[in-house]
Amino acid sequence: MFKILKKEYLANNIWLMDIEAPRVAKSCKPGQFVIVKMDEEGERIPLTICDYDSKKGIVTIVFQIVGASTQEMAEYKEGESFMDFVGPLGCASELIEMSVEELKKESILFVCGGVGTAPVYPQAKWMKEHGIDVDVIIGARTKDIIILEDEMRKVAANLYIATDDGSYGFKGNGCDQINELVKNQGKKYTRVVAIGPMIMMKFVSLLTKELNIPTIVSMNPIMVDGTGMCGACRLQVGDDIKFACVDGPEFDGHLVDFDQAMRRQRMYKTEEGRAMLRLKEGSTHHGGCGNCNE
Amino acid sequence: MEVDVLKKIPVREQEPKVRAANFEEVCLGYNKEEAMAEATRCIKCKNPQCVKGCPVNIDIPGFIKEVEEGNFDEAYHVINKYSALPAVCGRVCPQESQCEAKCIRGIKGDAVSIGKLERFVADTARKNGIKPVPAKKQNGKKVAIIGSGPAGLTCAGDLAKLGYDITIFEALHKAGGVLSYGIPEFRLPKSDVVDAEIENVKSLGVKIETNTVIGKAVTIDELLNEEGFDAVFIGSGAGLPRFMGIPGENANGVFSANEYLTRSNLMKAFDDVYDTPIIAGKKVVVVGGGNVAMDAARTALRLGADVHIVYRRSEAELPARVEEVHHAKEEGIVFNLLTNPVEIYEDKEGNVTGIKCIRMELGEPDSSGRRSPVEIPGSEFDIEADTVIMSLGTSPNPLISSTTEGLEINRRKCIVAEESDGSTSKAAVYAGGDAVTGAATVILAMGAGKAAAKGIDQFLSK
Repeated sequence: MFKILKKEYLANNIWLMDIEAPRVAKSCKPGQFVIVKMDEEGERIPLTICDYDSKKGIVTIVFQIVGASTQEMAEYKEGESFMDFVGPLGCASELIEMSVEELKKESILFVCGGVGTAPVYPQAKWMKEHGIDVDVIIGARTKDIIILEDEMRKVAANLYIATDDGSYGFKGNGCDQINELVKNQGKKYTRVVAIGPMIMMKFVSLLTKELNIPTIVSMNPIMVDGTGMCGACRLQVGDDIKFACVDGPEFDGHLVDFDQAMRRQRMYKTEEGRAMLRLKEGSTHHGGCGNCNE
Repeated sequence: MEVDVLKKIPVREQEPKVRAANFEEVCLGYNKEEAMAEATRCIKCKNPQCVKGCPVNIDIPGFIKEVEEGNFDEAYHVINKYSALPAVCGRVCPQESQCEAKCIRGIKGDAVSIGKLERFVADTARKNGIKPVPAKKQNGKKVAIIGSGPAGLTCAGDLAKLGYDITIFEALHKAGGVLSYGIPEFRLPKSDVVDAEIENVKSLGVKIETNTVIGKAVTIDELLNEEGFDAVFIGSGAGLPRFMGIPGENANGVFSANEYLTRSNLMKAFDDVYDTPIIAGKKVVVVGGGNVAMDAARTALRLGADVHIVYRRSEAELPARVEEVHHAKEEGIVFNLLTNPVEIYEDKEGNVTGIKCIRMELGEPDSSGRRSPVEIPGSEFDIEADTVIMSLGTSPNPLISSTTEGLEINRRKCIVAEESDGSTSKAAVYAGGDAVTGAATVILAMGAGKAAAKGIDQFLSK
């Protein structure tokens, strides 16, 4: 059993939990993920790692309520336990596999959308700890749903907040903010890391392709086992089929077939389920990036 | 009970029409009278060929003699000297090509039903609460086993009986490997059979740590150097599912057999109490002809679908067990033999609508002696489908080989291990089962686990 040591509401149906999982905490690296199964009857739910403390044996997860299982997860209390918690899964971020010298020559921009802010945080924090300055954009529909702003401010050289409605920071979405920085302010980036809803990663990748900036995205498709066994998470990346769980979750954003990935993500969503989500959560359930027509 | 020495005692089964709509076990097994009657058919050869046909060399005439005399507990202890999983093997071993293929009775008439007798013995022992006998003394040496499938459980069981301190590391949340996630309930009941046999292995003192991915959470080198294990056995199983590389294969409704079976068997998606969904499908096409293809097809059937199996060779080449093919046909699965998919059709939303196939004919035998299928030009035709299940085998999972220094793999990316003792290119590291051979059978994996247990014991007794 894996005990919930801390539970905190962030915003916009997004929750943070500290989980006691010494084996995972000891070996996990930024970019990797875990799978949580709450109880005997539960699904295996893949979640990105937001933070970890190897010495204390703690892994921090952040999740958004998007359906029945995450709703149930949010009802767990501090002191209660999840039955299964497995990880770290997937490959560590490509960036942290580079040497610090190489990284210091880079100029990196992280772009976070919605709950995708959580997996960016450990990467930005790792950069800070290794003396590498990075810029971070947090994009959100409106001010109230921004998460991890204070944490991110401590680790980013420059933090840019962009809201669709202009209620906080720059008025516009993540792409508008990139355009503002690169085209208007003349910032030069050698690398972009975009993590958030697939639709947001798609549009950031389209833009950075135009701007000729190599871009990494972190994919979160449907998974079952998370260890390469089932192939549910397969993606078209360039000419190849890749499994997000063992080959990823990070891929070259300019090669990922996002339209196919988004179609596959909807496989188990029924019309009824979508209607329920629209009713309950408005447009926020798909991240509120502003690029969605739904 | 009357016995015709040339004919085996038939085993009772659920009626095809009834079982096609439930997940209960198809084969009901022998009762006491049937088992004792069948046991009389064994002539207890002095030089038993059946034992040579068994990958774990069970003393078959020995246990059958005990059954004939009604000593069922004794029969269990005879089998248990050789096999940790008799209730499993009695159900899923391909006896017709192993022990029973060598049975002298089979020269004229039916071979003795060794598998059904083994199953009877194991099931009776379970009902009577008979457990395997643990080691009297611990030897203080620690062995780590990677994977709790048939290879790992066998290796663990054998070493535990010799007094080793055994920990099995399992990546999934549940032990059993393919016995839990792959083989369906109607062929291998989970709580009654698989869980019970795993409990038996645990009763020998074996510890099982689930949710631990070796190669990610901890490496083989860390197990040896930091966690104090004296040797490691890798029985991590088959790995990543293969796809064909045809257009439309990423459409919604195309699954690997591994995914489909994992959802149904491990996650119990067929049961509404469990949260994991499965798309049952109304018209399902399963591509492939192995046991896994039969399992996927018969699972889809039980979830309410019309099911076709598409296989590129002819019936004679079907790699699945004869019994599985026979059961599948009885239940109403349609076989499209000498047929190969060339494209999967999808609608605007990306959902599968059908599959385009081409007819094949068998050409000249290839280097392996099997006649290779050749396309018949212009013979394309369509099969309507909303679900396509690809059952084309697997390729090895790189998780362990890529994180273990000095562990040799072959050009198919399988771990290289000696067949006789499971030793690998790395000292103190042994391997066996599908991780070494590529996808094979439960019993071959058990044979490899057994050989490695012997190898590890010799290595650590030096």
